[in-house]
Amino acid sequence: MTETVLEARDVVRHFPIGGGVLRGPAAHVRAVDGVSLELREGETLGIVGESGCGKSTMARILAGLDRPTSGEVRVLGRPISGLRGRAMRRVRRDVQMVFQDPYTSLDPRMSVGDTVREPFLVHPDLAPRGERDRRARELLEIVGLNPDHAGRYPHEFSGGQRQRIGIARALALRPRILVCDEPTSALDVSVQAQIVNLLDRLKEEFRLAYVFISHDLGLVQHVADRVSVMYLGRVIESGTQDDVYDRAAHPYTQALLSAAPRPDPGLRGEREEIVLEGEPPSPAAPPSGCHFHTRCWKADARCAVEPPEFRRHEGARPGGTHLVSCHRA
Amino acid sequence: MLESLPGFDPAAPLLAVDDLHVEFGAARVVNGVGYAVEAGETLAILGESGSGKSVTARAIMGLVRPPRGRITAGAVRLRGVDLLRLPEESRRRLRATTVAMIFQDALSALNPVLPVGFQIAELFRVHRGLSRRQARARAVEVLDLVRIPAAAQRAGDYPHQFSGGMRQRVGIALAIALDPKVIIADEPTTALDVTVQAQIMRLLREIQREHGTALVLITHDMGVVADVADRVVVMYAGRVMEQAPAADVYARPAHPYTEALLGAIPRPHRRGRPLAVIPGAPPDPARPDPGCRFRQRCSYASEACEEAPEQVEIGPGRRTACHEWERVSGR
Repeated sequence: MTETVLEARDVVRHFPIGGGVLRGPAAHVRAVDGVSLELREGETLGIVGESGCGKSTMARILAGLDRPTSGEVRVLGRPISGLRGRAMRRVRRDVQMVFQDPYTSLDPRMSVGDTVREPFLVHPDLAPRGERDRRARELLEIVGLNPDHAGRYPHEFSGGQRQRIGIARALALRPRILVCDEPTSALDVSVQAQIVNLLDRLKEEFRLAYVFISHDLGLVQHVADRVSVMYLGRVIESGTQDDVYDRAAHPYTQALLSAAPRPDPGLRGEREEIVLEGEPPSPAAPPSGCHFHTRCWKADARCAVEPPEFRRHEGARPGGTHLVSCHRA
Repeated sequence: MLESLPGFDPAAPLLAVDDLHVEFGAARVVNGVGYAVEAGETLAILGESGSGKSVTARAIMGLVRPPRGRITAGAVRLRGVDLLRLPEESRRRLRATTVAMIFQDALSALNPVLPVGFQIAELFRVHRGLSRRQARARAVEVLDLVRIPAAAQRAGDYPHQFSGGMRQRVGIALAIALDPKVIIADEPTTALDVTVQAQIMRLLREIQREHGTALVLITHDMGVVADVADRVVVMYAGRVMEQAPAADVYARPAHPYTEALLGAIPRPHRRGRPLAVIPGAPPDPARPDPGCRFRQRCSYASEACEEAPEQVEIGPGRRTACHEWERVSGR
């Protein structure tokens, strides 16, 4: 059994909304509402879901950039919940994040070399002062940029090149885990392919494990070993890539897969299309019982009242870990 | 009113763009683009950012205006009538009633401080001369047609009170209100979630089927194109690289750029293998390559490519702008 490098247990993150300075909050948005995940060494865990499902909040919590309201995150077996200061910085070194938008996640007034060198200011013990320039150049080269461009500024680079800079910065501290939040959704298809291939190569070279968050089902299928599907703050199905894509058990997963357009005109009219009614409800007022019952074509009276348990799927292969949260699956 | 205008020819294509050139300052963003669409047909314009696909659409709609942008050459014809040569007033009226546009973000087509029902009703008052009461009734009908629940009540709501999917329905209502002959949809579902995207594409298909509208669908999503397009125009760096019936483009691309794009999409059966990449980046539109725009990134490039290729007809409804197309398509 390979080592678990990152683990989330019953993570909850509520954001207060409304109210005023002297009054308490009027309500809470339950962005993440009890999520458990496990990432093993050398693995890519895909998280898919639509906007508002809590996948980006989860990413920030996993990377230590936000704290859960309750629940626990463990990095390399150590719980990070209570950590502050130096101890927290030590943990953050092992988990780094690649952000969605390479246009806003880089400081426009900082040269690319300085951007990639910056992590060493926070973690000076990782590279002595005299070493840092060389390390930064090396990192730029690793991600496929010309190290002689270290003096240039972000606006001089294309979107794909900026995402490479973001990746170089994330690698500076030699992390064990990269949390990639929609790393290619701001990029064109041809550039997306370059970044995906780069991440794939780096995974081997740096012995990384990835949490790969995306709304693009085809892309997650390409990169992920295991997949968790989120809906309104909860994981509703998880399993190996085959479990989720070939044997989807949850009606929401089935609908998502059927709705995703496929680049093959031959399939037109052939494939069964499940078109869901309506849009995901607001996480400030999630439906009772199963969160999905308001849009589910299989829902019955029980689904509106009783939240389903996240349990092993009955059709799971022996020894498999195909989990689903549905009364009707 | 189209029939009475100069150049009208009932046999000419419903909408035809011919050798269109658009400049923004020094940047030549559209360089001789041409395509045509017929009633009831769905034409997909496929391209990445900077390909000029949206600018071409904006030029058709009359949204490219000095001093920012200039149409330097070309024609936009509706059944033979060249929009660019009409006096401003008839051009404006013709566009409003025959060509409509759906934007990626419906907010950019809507006035934030007016109720959506009022904005749709205004179209009926201005272009159809209906009374306030009649126009409002028609607006509610249109909102109902795009399946906005409780349309009569929601007509009084402001754009920000609608969710993303509902707002796009309002955008569609605004576009179809005057029963246009052509709808240009610029990335209509890009900002939406997958499940909502499916709803909107289904709605557009139904409207098109019922009204025989021509649909020009501008997108970067090859999945959406495969799902709905009859024909495809592939654009790159302000030019048309290839045009063909949808099935042909996917089965046997005749341009290296199309082939490379298709190779870059992740597919289940190629899992675990690297994706095909297009090396480099698109050219700078201010310093266009006098030869083929794609040659710097092309694996088929030869000496011939120093000269810009003309579009050649290579089969029924198929054209490509590549000197090496026979090698690409394996013929």
